[in-house]
Amino acid sequence: MGGIRTAGDLVSRMVMKGMRLSAAKEYVADKLHCSVLDLSDTFAMKEIRESLDIGTVLDRKGASNGMEAKFNIEKVLGIEIPSVTQFKKKTGLL
Amino acid sequence: MSEFFTRLGDGAAVMMSKEDIRYDVEDGTADAADRGQIPELAKEEVDYLVEILTMPQKNVSVKRGHEGIMTFDAGTLKLPVRAGIPVDRLATLMIHERILCSDTMELCTTDYSYKSIKNFVQEEAMTMELAQNNCVMPIFYGAMPNLGQYTKPDGPIDNWSELLPMGKIAEAREAQEEAVEHAVSDMVFITGQMAEAGACGIQFDTVGASGDADVLAALMAAKELKKRFPNIGIEMGMAGEFNLGMHGQLEFEGERIAGAYPHQQVKMAEKAGVDIFGCVVNTNSNQTFAWNLARALTYAKACVAAAEIPVVVDAGMGVGGVTNTNTTPTDVTSRVSKALLEIAKVDGL
Repeated sequence: MGGIRTAGDLVSRMVMKGMRLSAAKEYVADKLHCSVLDLSDTFAMKEIRESLDIGTVLDRKGASNGMEAKFNIEKVLGIEIPSVTQFKKKTGLL
Repeated sequence: MSEFFTRLGDGAAVMMSKEDIRYDVEDGTADAADRGQIPELAKEEVDYLVEILTMPQKNVSVKRGHEGIMTFDAGTLKLPVRAGIPVDRLATLMIHERILCSDTMELCTTDYSYKSIKNFVQEEAMTMELAQNNCVMPIFYGAMPNLGQYTKPDGPIDNWSELLPMGKIAEAREAQEEAVEHAVSDMVFITGQMAEAGACGIQFDTVGASGDADVLAALMAAKELKKRFPNIGIEMGMAGEFNLGMHGQLEFEGERIAGAYPHQQVKMAEKAGVDIFGCVVNTNSNQTFAWNLARALTYAKACVAAAEIPVVVDAGMGVGGVTNTNTTPTDVTSRVSKALLEIAKVDGL
């Protein structure tokens, strides 16, 4: 789908939970308040990813990256990401 | 009569008429239907596949909105080991995320077998933790059950491949059952360590390479892992379109493992708690690309129809209709991707 250049990573996170592709795309589009076709549109997703601060291919000063971006992805998608949970446990956030 | 550029199963270029391509498509789908006892491709699907195969463009693509997700086996082996690029695995993951724009990626080691990893699993878990701190995309950890590694002289168990030719059937079966216990224990231990290191997913890859006992080990490990770590995604990629009966009598949840085709393999995977099923259809180099792709689509379509979980089809060299050459032509891989996503309706590759 294009990974973090589009919404490939986000759709994959839902597929990894056993959700079929079309349902996963609809779920992510609903959470991002965009259309299913926007999910694989690099222009649309750049704007959406930057506004939600969930990581993009081109780094920007002050933008979230790696684990920081996953904290935001967890909130946007309403799911638990195992590495975020581990990070919170280690840093006393949980 | 006009001819179209296409390829043989080994990747060699060949010119064929549309009629000959259609003949091979019909023969390929009939072969899969006969072996798997599944429906052949419908006439309109055959028509569309012939259209894809004869498109004049070198590379083709899916219609907008039909994009699927990509997962990887042998993920971090490809840049630093196979391509010989002097980058470490963390850099490999980030190259995949930021440059190749992979949807997911797999952390793995050169000896791609769970038994071998047990010796240095702590260091592997440390790498997983660093990968999770640096990557945005989901990261799997993966390796093969590779039951053969538990046999002498590498392991403690008598080699069933030596016992079987000697007619020692009972001893060969007993040896495989013992190997299953070791493999399940190793896979649950290692994947548990990776889950604690924050892995998004675990991959059991090339499942069934050592036969039905190999499949049983992966299914049992998946079931136990899902109980302990319900939040982790489990992907099971098969070794072939047909479970070999090296043991022959093993069952999972009352179903015989040997002889299962993809539409039956996926149901066993579901019962074990697997989240993504990797359907495999092997390429026959003696046939044409058209024959192989039609055959792969027939199995994949039946698998998707039977499945409740997502199905990703292995579409690398020698599987999923892809021709049997290490430098896979993009006219082949792009047609395979398009056909699998648009005709078989797979969830990804």
